[in-house]
Amino acid sequence: MSRDGRLVAIAGGSGLVYLVLAILMGVLPGMALSKTAPGPGVIPLTAEQQAGRAVYVAEGCSYCHTQQVRPLAMDKVFGRPSAPGDYAYQTPELLGSERTGPDLTNVGVRQPAEVWQYIHLYDPRAVVPQSIMPSYHWLFKVVPTTPQGETPVALPPAYAPKSGVVIPTARAKALVAYLLSLKQPALPPDMEKAARESEQAMAPAKPAAGQGAAAGGTAAKGFDYASTGPNLYGANCAACHGAQGTGVAGAFPPLADDPVVTTANPTDHVKIVLDGLHGKSIGGTAYGGQMPAFATQLTDEQIAAIVDHERTSWGNHAPTVTPSDVARIRKGGK
Amino acid sequence: MIARSVALQDEDDREITSLLGAYIAFATGWLVLSTAVGLIVAFKFAYPEFLTSPYFSFGRLRPIHTNDTFYAWASIALVGLVFYVACKTCATRLYSIKLGWVTLALFNVAAALGTVALDLGFNNGDQEYREWIWWIEALLLIAILTAAYNLIMTVARRKDDDIYLSNWYTMGGIIWTLILSTVAFIPLYQYGLGQVAVQGFFMHNAVGMWFTPLTLGLFYYVLPKLLNRPIYSYALGVLAFWTNLVFYPIIGAHHFIFSPLPWWLQTLAIVFSVAMLVPVWAGSANFLLTMRGRWEQVRRSYALPFVFVGVLGYLLGSTQGTFEAFRSLQAVWHLTNFTVGHSHLTMYTFITFGIWGGIYALVPRATGRAPSLTLAGLHFWLATVGMAIYILALSIGGTIQGLVWMSGAPFIDSVTAIAPDWLWRSIGGSLMFISHLVFAWNVWFMLSGGERVISRVEPISEVA
Repeated sequence: MSRDGRLVAIAGGSGLVYLVLAILMGVLPGMALSKTAPGPGVIPLTAEQQAGRAVYVAEGCSYCHTQQVRPLAMDKVFGRPSAPGDYAYQTPELLGSERTGPDLTNVGVRQPAEVWQYIHLYDPRAVVPQSIMPSYHWLFKVVPTTPQGETPVALPPAYAPKSGVVIPTARAKALVAYLLSLKQPALPPDMEKAARESEQAMAPAKPAAGQGAAAGGTAAKGFDYASTGPNLYGANCAACHGAQGTGVAGAFPPLADDPVVTTANPTDHVKIVLDGLHGKSIGGTAYGGQMPAFATQLTDEQIAAIVDHERTSWGNHAPTVTPSDVARIRKGGK
Repeated sequence: MIARSVALQDEDDREITSLLGAYIAFATGWLVLSTAVGLIVAFKFAYPEFLTSPYFSFGRLRPIHTNDTFYAWASIALVGLVFYVACKTCATRLYSIKLGWVTLALFNVAAALGTVALDLGFNNGDQEYREWIWWIEALLLIAILTAAYNLIMTVARRKDDDIYLSNWYTMGGIIWTLILSTVAFIPLYQYGLGQVAVQGFFMHNAVGMWFTPLTLGLFYYVLPKLLNRPIYSYALGVLAFWTNLVFYPIIGAHHFIFSPLPWWLQTLAIVFSVAMLVPVWAGSANFLLTMRGRWEQVRRSYALPFVFVGVLGYLLGSTQGTFEAFRSLQAVWHLTNFTVGHSHLTMYTFITFGIWGGIYALVPRATGRAPSLTLAGLHFWLATVGMAIYILALSIGGTIQGLVWMSGAPFIDSVTAIAPDWLWRSIGGSLMFISHLVFAWNVWFMLSGGERVISRVEPISEVA
């Protein structure tokens, strides 16, 4: 080979091979998948939600929070498996590569209370003591008195500034609007079936039977810590009501010594877990937050385990319920 | 052929020496800065309220750490060394010293602007390793373009007809990265899931088609040079070159296994991740066989131990990458801190140790000033022990994280379960950072500090 020929062969030849592979493996899949149609119920964000997404990107939230639910049993707590059509309006994509914090694909359903989001953004440890998420103080401002038309963030005293009240800035409001918009639309039945099949194919070691479409993961025989009351309470309830049932003063009601929890008839208690609650005044305190409904997220067994845990912990001594009680109340019985 | 190609040029080329010195000096500064940022980020896992300020928040500092180690430290150091290797193996001067300075300036300006922009919250959408906003990314692209032109024109002026293997890898790496960066840079066809596909392709190739070939090219020059023997098998090096080129671009989607990307794309990526064992083992075996029987020489050298660890990092890190691609293991490790351990095994143990080996081997030869053996040893052991603690901690912690998720326990349990490992990571990271300060001192000594101590420069020997 000639002198110049060698250079052309090595530099040009390998460059040409790479160019072809870059088109085949990068450009063409990129072009094809960019045309993915939005799934049913997938809609563009509003202007405010879009602004909130920009805050999410600027603060690098996706370095700790994924937005991809995998077809794996352990991901069920975060929602149904993500489908291609879910990402139609998502540029830049925020799937993420690390899950130091929980997945946020469906956080608007799991944690719909605005007030919780504000407290948590201002200081995550005010609601989740073990959290290692940064405090986003700069998305808030501290003012001496509440301005007209603003709602101060209901911080527990230990986490509030020494004087004044904490007000969310426009950026915080936009971010929370975005977070609350993160709700997975239901899949059409055929895709739902395909997702469940791939999930089973992906979890050969996990006997996934027995729990239906509910959260919570495994259904091993015998004792299973994952489906115990304390564990389910920790995963689903403790973020607002506190690990010790103390709630957050002014934001989330305590469960210890709460009249609904401690009364002998469990109907109201179970109903609230099933359907959620909003705008209720308890013991003279008006709570503004939105409690999510767990009817579609948890099975009768799981709800019974949670309710029993609440009725027998932190000094509460109320009669317990069985899964069949929950099933009856679910159907509208007393 | 090898003897002629690798033959050291005796001419005292002041220009290339001062250019190399400038590249290494700036790269070292960036290493200290980016790993200081990395250390702050590491401590935030144990102390989340440490430095609560927008400008020191985790989400902004993390991309600063990754981009600066990539495009400032490793890229600047490698391009400087690659220019020097090209001059020596081609027995010629750099095509344009002036353009070499322009490239250096572009890298530095891009990195400085990228750092400031990221800290102010301006980024390109959390897309790993292409977070710099478009016009800063364009500066980086021009920097790579100028480097490619300079390198190819230098090789075109070589004395021999043959092109030594080092230059295959370095020219290839720089051309492929130019193509890759252009493809990734154009936003016109990247929407939603399409962007995910391009991101998987880009983030993997940015490592394996840039840092890997440049560092391997460096090894192919430094090892024969320091050991005074030819590379074990030239043919094996050629095989590794072409197989790496063909297999590597196909495996990017293994970063998105179980994602909504097409299943066939993920499976193809897994299959070729296994195929990657061919170039990885061929290359590693080639280097280890070149070192075989010369362990006493490795032990007494201050450059060779770094190269040796770099080769091991290449072998272990890449092999680990193949196994991580399997769906069964991804199910445990994907999205956990295990991945962070893996990326340090590759970018630190392989690339960074490899660069250090190259610097300790070549800079004293260029300047005639060698660092003290004790301080080079201190650098080596602090970095090695720190790196081992770091990677072990995150590999164990990441595995625990995955197992906690699979157990169905509340998510927060996965955070508390690996807290001790995060603390160990900070300890390992601290040792690594201290080693960088020692390294910076050694660099200063090799470039301008102290007397010329040619006698302590490792014997310069012609390859037999």
